[in-house]
Amino acid sequence: MTPLLAVVFTLAGLGATAVVTTRQPSRQVVMLSIYGLVLAVLFFVVQQPDVALSQFTVGAVVLPIVVMLTLRKVSGNRPEDGGGP
Amino acid sequence: MTARQRQVVFLVAMAGLAALYLAAIGGLPGFGHYPGAYGDVVDSVGVAARKATDVVTAVNFDIRGFDTLGEEFILFAAATGVSVVLRALREEREAPAPVEEAARRRERSRNAAVRVACMCSVGPTVVVGWNIVSHGQVNPGGGFQGGVILATAVLLVYLGGQFLTFRRISPADLLDAAEGAGAAGFALIGVGALAVGSAYLANVLPLGPSRGVVDSSGTIALISFVVGVEVAASMLVIVSELLEQTLLVKP
Amino acid sequence: MTWYPFVVVVWVLAVGLYGIVTSRHLVHQILCLAVVQSSTYLLLLAVGYRTGGVAPYFSDIPPSRTVDPVVAALCLTDVVVEATVTALLLAIAIQAHKRFGTLDPDELRQFRG
Repeated sequence: MTPLLAVVFTLAGLGATAVVTTRQPSRQVVMLSIYGLVLAVLFFVVQQPDVALSQFTVGAVVLPIVVMLTLRKVSGNRPEDGGGP
Repeated sequence: MTARQRQVVFLVAMAGLAALYLAAIGGLPGFGHYPGAYGDVVDSVGVAARKATDVVTAVNFDIRGFDTLGEEFILFAAATGVSVVLRALREEREAPAPVEEAARRRERSRNAAVRVACMCSVGPTVVVGWNIVSHGQVNPGGGFQGGVILATAVLLVYLGGQFLTFRRISPADLLDAAEGAGAAGFALIGVGALAVGSAYLANVLPLGPSRGVVDSSGTIALISFVVGVEVAASMLVIVSELLEQTLLVKP
Repeated sequence: MTWYPFVVVVWVLAVGLYGIVTSRHLVHQILCLAVVQSSTYLLLLAVGYRTGGVAPYFSDIPPSRTVDPVVAALCLTDVVVEATVTALLLAIAIQAHKRFGTLDPDELRQFRG
């Protein structure tokens, strides 16, 4: 087990903890995106680029956009309040 | 049960579960010492018998194809489920002529730099997406990853503030049809193998002269293509349903 | 040290479940479920790793000792499928908010039956 592997696995554990302990969903989705990036790096380090590519596209694009749109819908803000989803 | 009690019950249960897991880990071969009989077999079969240089895609779309068919139908069912759940209450609450109004609001709130950056990224993103879909059997990639990237290309149009254009290039009927065609395509490729007297989802197409090119490995490229269409359409169905909820439906 | 990755997997699973149990917001709860799901990818890929193994692609290298390609195939489809399932759960949360005006699981419970 190389130091690099130890570091990425530790980061993954910390990332998961950060996602769960961030109680406000709009902040949590940013943490989730960062955690997804950490996972993608981890998958590269364990020599699985296919899974890393999958995790990277999903974690960077699909999940944040879907969660942001949901939060916008349930927070009761109307679109004219400005800003994007 | 109060939150406090629930937490206590959970911590006790979790301690037990963690103890069982840690005991189970003790029985695993240590990290990095996977015996891996199947992996070695697949490595040699994937290249020799399928002419695919990406063994992971060969497993996904050929050797383990039937299982991936099931996965794809989970995707299909989930995307359809999002439509069904969100469309249930839509008609009765949609504001009159809301599309143009919502679109105008969005156009105003974008600055030019963001719009140009988004529009310039659309073309390259489509190229990268198709490249990854069509070269799954050669390099890391395949229908699942490439499909998500293709969906991203269309989303960039929305992020650039062009909600009307986004609606125009991804109309609901077309997306639904593409989603269905992607799911049906995978199943029908399997039926095609039956038609020529082979097993369901067997790789019946000619493998091509050399390994590691796009027209090698028979049905893998074809299945990768329909999966790419299916994944891209599903992602877009989900996002456009949520967008309509956010922009058009009164809370 | 050779079991450290598996211990991390158990930690991720435990912390995700803790989040689900103590959550006060449905969206938070759904994202914690995504964390729990990620522990399965970590477990599968940690099991399939081999010291000194290379990625299972043979475009430019001769057949050699690789990490396990079967676990990668299991994971990569599920990563994408998981995103759509998360979206389905979020859609259900939107409907719950529309009908009951709250996303707190404890408040939602009183509407049951």
